Amino acid sequence: MNDASPRLAVSALHKRFGGLVAVKSLDFALYPGEILGLIGPNGSGKSTVMQMIMGVVRPTAGRIVLDGADIAGRPVFEIARAGVGIVFQHSRPLRLQTVIENILLGLLPDRIDGLRPPPGAVDRARIIAEECGLGAVLDRLPATLPFADLRRMELAKAIARDPRVVLIDEPFAGLTRAEVQDFSALISRFRDQGRAVMLVDHNVKSIASLADRVLALYLGEKIAEGSPEAVMRNETVRRVYIGGGIETHERPEAEIAARKALLKVDNLSLFYGKAQALDDVSLTVHAGEFVSIVGLNGAGKTSLFNAISGLVPYRGTIAWDGVVRGRESAAVIARSGIVQCPETRELFGAMSVADNLDLAAQHLDPREVAERREWLFGLFPILKARGGQEARTLSGGEQQMLAIARSLMMKPRLLILDEPTLGLAPVILGQLSEALGVLRATTDITVLLGEQNVTFALPHADRVYMLEHARIVWQGGPARFAAEAGTGYL
Amino acid sequence: MLAGILVLLALLPLGANGYILGVLTTAFYFAVFAMSWDLLFGYAGEVNFGPTFLIGLGAYGAGMANALLHAPVPLAILIGAAAAVAGGVALAIPALRLSGPYLGLITLVAVLLLQQAIVIFAGVTGGEIGLSVPDVLSIDSGPNYEYALAFMAASGLVLTVIARSSLGMILQAAGQDRIAAAALGFNVTKHKIMAFAVSALFSGLAGAFLVFYLGTASVSAVVDIAIGVRVIIAAVLGGRRTIIGGAIGAIFLIVAGELLRPIGQLSTFVVALIALTVIVLFPDGLLGLLPARRGS
Repeated sequence: MNDASPRLAVSALHKRFGGLVAVKSLDFALYPGEILGLIGPNGSGKSTVMQMIMGVVRPTAGRIVLDGADIAGRPVFEIARAGVGIVFQHSRPLRLQTVIENILLGLLPDRIDGLRPPPGAVDRARIIAEECGLGAVLDRLPATLPFADLRRMELAKAIARDPRVVLIDEPFAGLTRAEVQDFSALISRFRDQGRAVMLVDHNVKSIASLADRVLALYLGEKIAEGSPEAVMRNETVRRVYIGGGIETHERPEAEIAARKALLKVDNLSLFYGKAQALDDVSLTVHAGEFVSIVGLNGAGKTSLFNAISGLVPYRGTIAWDGVVRGRESAAVIARSGIVQCPETRELFGAMSVADNLDLAAQHLDPREVAERREWLFGLFPILKARGGQEARTLSGGEQQMLAIARSLMMKPRLLILDEPTLGLAPVILGQLSEALGVLRATTDITVLLGEQNVTFALPHADRVYMLEHARIVWQGGPARFAAEAGTGYL
Repeated sequence: MLAGILVLLALLPLGANGYILGVLTTAFYFAVFAMSWDLLFGYAGEVNFGPTFLIGLGAYGAGMANALLHAPVPLAILIGAAAAVAGGVALAIPALRLSGPYLGLITLVAVLLLQQAIVIFAGVTGGEIGLSVPDVLSIDSGPNYEYALAFMAASGLVLTVIARSSLGMILQAAGQDRIAAAALGFNVTKHKIMAFAVSALFSGLAGAFLVFYLGTASVSAVVDIAIGVRVIIAAVLGGRRTIIGGAIGAIFLIVAGELLRPIGQLSTFVVALIALTVIVLFPDGLLGLLPARRGS
């Protein structure tokens, strides 16, 4: 198929956000009648690429040529009319309109004097709905639909204008296995109709059976391109995803098992409206243990941590220190010793580094505060130098260190670290990893670390759980991860 | 049912006294303020905390055209409406760059600016005393009432048609998620400016009519921020994203205020408390209480 001229040709595409280079001179082509998978871990720039094609984000430099016309930097609505359709991961349908009316929206002309839909539009909307498997729910309101049908409706809206290029962000997120089959068939049909389809996802595995070609990004650069099998075999890809050759330091299994179970989660399920974020998750964290939960974005890590911290309602039981928890507020839970350092850091940006730390020490004895602060400055020396600076002026790595230090200030018995490596440069990861090593070696703190970066999650872990699509699919020692679970992670 | 209510209301002058008609006349103009506001907030998703900026431009535009330029009443009303539309489009420009609380602040400041301008240029605007207009719609309460009723019915019809049209759907989509709407090929800017212009047109027309009913234009009647707050409460109370809910809320607020007048100053307090209770308990407003809407 590659003899034909490309439908979409991206060349020397570049995007800078302030000092951060999100996409670095990227070249690729998308041909009519093919499905291209664009994959990469969090922060690899894949979403930025998709948003630049759609016009949501303006490229710093480079060309995006659609059938001979450069569309880079044009407004979103012009790009849409030029023939690009997109299925966003999170969508907000019109609440008061039925399914057919929502699809009809995609067929309306862009006119301010349009009172009625153009002739034939309603019939066309019905045909599209049937094609997307929505024939039975045409007159239902979105709120009454199951999650998969809502996603179908988004697909239907995106192809309403008969786009030549279709971009789909995380096509299978939140779907059951059977639904994934249906959606694959549907997306294959888009390809067979001659459209060029680009899927954006975290790993190869989820889209391997569907994509004709896969392009892997890491830190804004192309690291591999080819058939799904070839990309899965690629050495660089394997290193990024499974972190081959990691030295692990787990403590003996028997020693850990003999300790008291500090946190015990049983049969935990969690829903956001209709989307299931956790499905029957059970895990144990022993006193003094370092447990890593690895899983891609959207696997359910943050949902799990938020349930443990009492921030979201859940089904199932959580026992802390041997006692099954009732309906304690998040504040009571935090003071009982479960301290979460959230993915988004949630620093008080307008307050100084020292004030951020002091705020976390409100419940400590004043004498202890000074001592603890000194200890934290020893762990993260840069924070001492930055003491008077406003938190929002710190670099990303420094902010992450402050977030961890602030959590440690609260004297946690269990420290939950949610994706601390998000958006950080490799050199910072090294510093953070060292600090965790010191923490593990010199204190008896219990740590629950959530990460998609395996290279960061494995070295200090005593035990590892792997979350995939809301379920725990593997658990064991970090040394066995690459051999037993690694391929599932690609 | 709606047609029946309108016929009953149209026949009311046969039985009701001038006082009741007067209260309802004001309520009907208020209803148009609230319905116009709902088009902007409920459909286009733009929070305008300063509806009286648009209303005031219409009222003073019409009043000054009549008092200073001696324009006949119909022409003066059109001039007032044109001033409001110009103001609405001007307000749309910051609205497209800002969102949420920042847009809210801009719309509030616009009201204060208008109020200050009226006070400073007292020579032509009548300042704090108000501007008397030489002409009125009618000196009798009956015809005044019928004008207001007809105007409210016509405005409600046009606004409802727009809200339920293709344009209304595009506005709702843009109001919920402007990037998603743009990705469907809609020039969101164009549609939002249109929404501001239509909302301003009806606010301005209603403000202008009100001036020729009252015989004066004054800051306390058509510009004050408290008036704007009542418009917003009326629209939310009646039911957001319904258009007609604005009319129901406005008539409820004004009639309830009058019925409670015997308890003096407390009446404002009680009406506000009722409104607050309804909004807290029934976020979909009074219309949300109807089973037909809930089931749909």
